[in-house]
Amino acid sequence: MTDRLAPPAFDPAEAAAAAARFAATAPADVTYALVDSPVGTLLAARTASGLACLSYSDHDGGVDAVLDRLAAKLSPRILEAPARLDAVRRELHEYFEHRRTSFDLPIDWSLASPFGRRVLQATAAIPFGEVSTYARVAAQAGNPKATRAAGNALGANPVPIVVPCHRVLHTGGKGVGRYTGGVHRKEALLRLEGVLLG
Amino acid sequence: MSKPPFQRFLDAHRDDVWRFLVASVGRDAADDCFQETFMSAMRAYPTTRIANPRAWVLTIAHRKALDHHRARARRPVPVGAVPDAPAPAPTAAAGGHGAADGVWARVAELPPKQRAALLLRFAGDLSHREVAHALGCSEEAARRSAHEGLKRLREELHA
Repeated sequence: MTDRLAPPAFDPAEAAAAAARFAATAPADVTYALVDSPVGTLLAARTASGLACLSYSDHDGGVDAVLDRLAAKLSPRILEAPARLDAVRRELHEYFEHRRTSFDLPIDWSLASPFGRRVLQATAAIPFGEVSTYARVAAQAGNPKATRAAGNALGANPVPIVVPCHRVLHTGGKGVGRYTGGVHRKEALLRLEGVLLG
Repeated sequence: MSKPPFQRFLDAHRDDVWRFLVASVGRDAADDCFQETFMSAMRAYPTTRIANPRAWVLTIAHRKALDHHRARARRPVPVGAVPDAPAPAPTAAAGGHGAADGVWARVAELPPKQRAALLLRFAGDLSHREVAHALGCSEEAARRSAHEGLKRLREELHA
């Protein structure tokens, strides 16, 4: 022995297991998990009030950038706790397996503006297999002239798929319109619902 | 400016905290102290200005380890029946230190100041300055405690 001590041996797997136990049970304000789906990996995050964020992991700057935004806008007490997202994972799985046409998950609307929330609630009422237009959801949200603002609100939809912004299309046959996860995903979801063929 | 997600903090420091606690309270008690350390850290995390996250969380772990040692000292170890076998070896009594970590089991038997200084300095890999901050003493005092602890270990080993 010289003038220092070698650090004690420890098993990193035990440290990882202890950290996972902490994340699974500690009272975080936000918990999240990565969820696999046929349209790619999704980041799902929830609060005590409900699902706050469903994000395509290759959009919005990636998972780390989305988590940074959740830390800034909701709370930095964020932990990865897959078991707490079980209901989200199950309902999404059923939807993609054609066993579910609407979602029963409570939503935390904190990340939507007041107008955006009205647009998204009008959008949530569009049934599976049907479509609407930007103009119509703007009118249902209380402002028929705010078509562009409605489009922006849908583009900023914090919970796509669950709030089916993919069912809102352009009025004049100019294609399906924009989508938060890319147009190819909007088309994939519309195909799954039988709106688009092929 | 807002803080990064706590999960990232946990990922960055879990190994350091675990290693420190295994040396400090033994493997069997490490998990309880680990959970309490990060629980306290997460509670304070959003509102605390944290200049040095690693030193901050190891300071919390150090306090949880102290609580653990105090609680153990107050509470006699329950025994179901009086054992026939001889008393367990000192390493086992120290709480699950493996044979390979015999020197850390000896550290656990040192006087509190020396023990804390050595644990934070070498199991926590903090500088003497950070150790002093964690213990609320001068850098010189932290350095002296570590030095005295090492000297005593050396004497025991050569005894």
